[in-house]
Amino acid sequence: MPSASPYHGPGFDFSNAVRNSFLQEKGIPLPKATSTGTTIVGCIYKDGVILGADTRATEGPIVADKNCEKIHFITESIRCCGAGTAADTEFTTASISSNMELHALSTGRQPRVVTAMTMLKQYLFRHQGHIGAALVLGGVDATGPHLFTVAPHGSTDKLPYVTMGSGSLAAMAVFETGWKPNMNREEGLALVTAAISAGIFNDLGSGSNVDACVITATHTEMLRNFVKPNERVEKERKYGFRRGTTAWKTENIRSLVVSEEVTPVGGEAMDTD
Amino acid sequence: MASLAHPQQRQFNPYSENGGTILAIAGADFSVIAGDTRQSEGYSIQTRYAPKVFRLTDRAVLAVNGFAADGNMFVKKVKQRLEWYRHAHAKDMPLRAIARLIQTMLYARRFFPYYVYNILGGIEEDGTGAVYSFDPVGSYEREACRAAGAASSLVQPFLDNQIYFKNQRPAPGTSHPVHLPLPTVLSIVIDSFTSATERHIEVGDGLEIYVVLAKGRNLQGLEGIRGMQELTVTEDGERVFVVRRELKKD
Repeated sequence: MPSASPYHGPGFDFSNAVRNSFLQEKGIPLPKATSTGTTIVGCIYKDGVILGADTRATEGPIVADKNCEKIHFITESIRCCGAGTAADTEFTTASISSNMELHALSTGRQPRVVTAMTMLKQYLFRHQGHIGAALVLGGVDATGPHLFTVAPHGSTDKLPYVTMGSGSLAAMAVFETGWKPNMNREEGLALVTAAISAGIFNDLGSGSNVDACVITATHTEMLRNFVKPNERVEKERKYGFRRGTTAWKTENIRSLVVSEEVTPVGGEAMDTD
Repeated sequence: MASLAHPQQRQFNPYSENGGTILAIAGADFSVIAGDTRQSEGYSIQTRYAPKVFRLTDRAVLAVNGFAADGNMFVKKVKQRLEWYRHAHAKDMPLRAIARLIQTMLYARRFFPYYVYNILGGIEEDGTGAVYSFDPVGSYEREACRAAGAASSLVQPFLDNQIYFKNQRPAPGTSHPVHLPLPTVLSIVIDSFTSATERHIEVGDGLEIYVVLAKGRNLQGLEGIRGMQELTVTEDGERVFVVRRELKKD
């Protein structure tokens, strides 16, 4: 345990955040982060939990990645969907995944979903919302299936069906009309797909494909690109360029083969046989 | 009650930005004017079919992009002025005159502008294909091609390369064509929009391509185009066609 320093007050240091907001006020913008302006959902069903996500990543109005993965690994039976700043969701889930593995090794048991949820919320609360991660955490442990949302400031909800991200309203509208307790796998997967599709087609921040993840007590099934309703259409023309299209000002051809003459000086040459 | 001793400030922003993209390309004896049909605000789609391209006369088509309410109102006012011209002169206003009219109408609102980028396409009196592009306060220029709107920064460089052959050296002993044939132009327009749809979140849903053909020209390969419809009103003059296509809806 590090001892209290006379140079720093206790707790977390936010002086960089203060500096950055001062700089922003002076008209120096922060670098724009890739955001997963996203639709992510989770839903409890008869045998466990189903998570869902779209696959579009954006930088402002530009699509940065048409097929990214937003369902992150925490443990074999716990997964986490991330919305918000892409780097924050990736780093936060990877860090908590790592700590969950250490926790499992140290206790000799399979860690619970609440453990991951508590670690995530404490980590996010400690950073006072500066880590822009909005998460849907779901999994099955010794105490049964669990589903949570974790907001960037660290508040959590425990609900039978949840949505997050910019497409959360579109997805929640589907859940509110279609969700019922004790659905089977097919019903649950169809509802999650419909919820994500609602986000993909009605929210500009979401798009491309549907990823899903079905977690039961015995097995986790990651359904990457479960539905692909937005395949790219073929171009009308070919855009290959004739060799020599690009103009150049000077041409300089150099040989990359370098020859070297070595003259042994004094004594016998080293035995290299 | 709020204290009147302190300075107060109130604000109302009458403008918004409704996404989408338009473009126009002029050929030797035709003009192509196109736009997607999505209208959005922020991350929400207001409608998947809101036309941004309008037939003004049989030889002039106007595309508007930016703030949709201003765009619709502006088109309405231009059409009104063209009708008055018809009543006064018993003929349609020539394209170059429409361009100048649009400039004066835009500059009239110099200090409360129509928040729109206009692209006017059609056939000039000498029978050549023409494109005029405007900024929101009326600065304009006749060009061979122009893209405007949300994805203009994606589309314009592509057009510069494919229409003006920028950064392309012609094969030895040849030169780049000044005007491209209509089927080539249509393919480039369609590819511009499918590509912008892939990488810009505000572009998609539908595509409307207007083609204006000079007087007495044959269809130049237009007859085989899927989803084409003729909109010509007058006899033996220029002809106007529209091609409607679907774009991705995510």
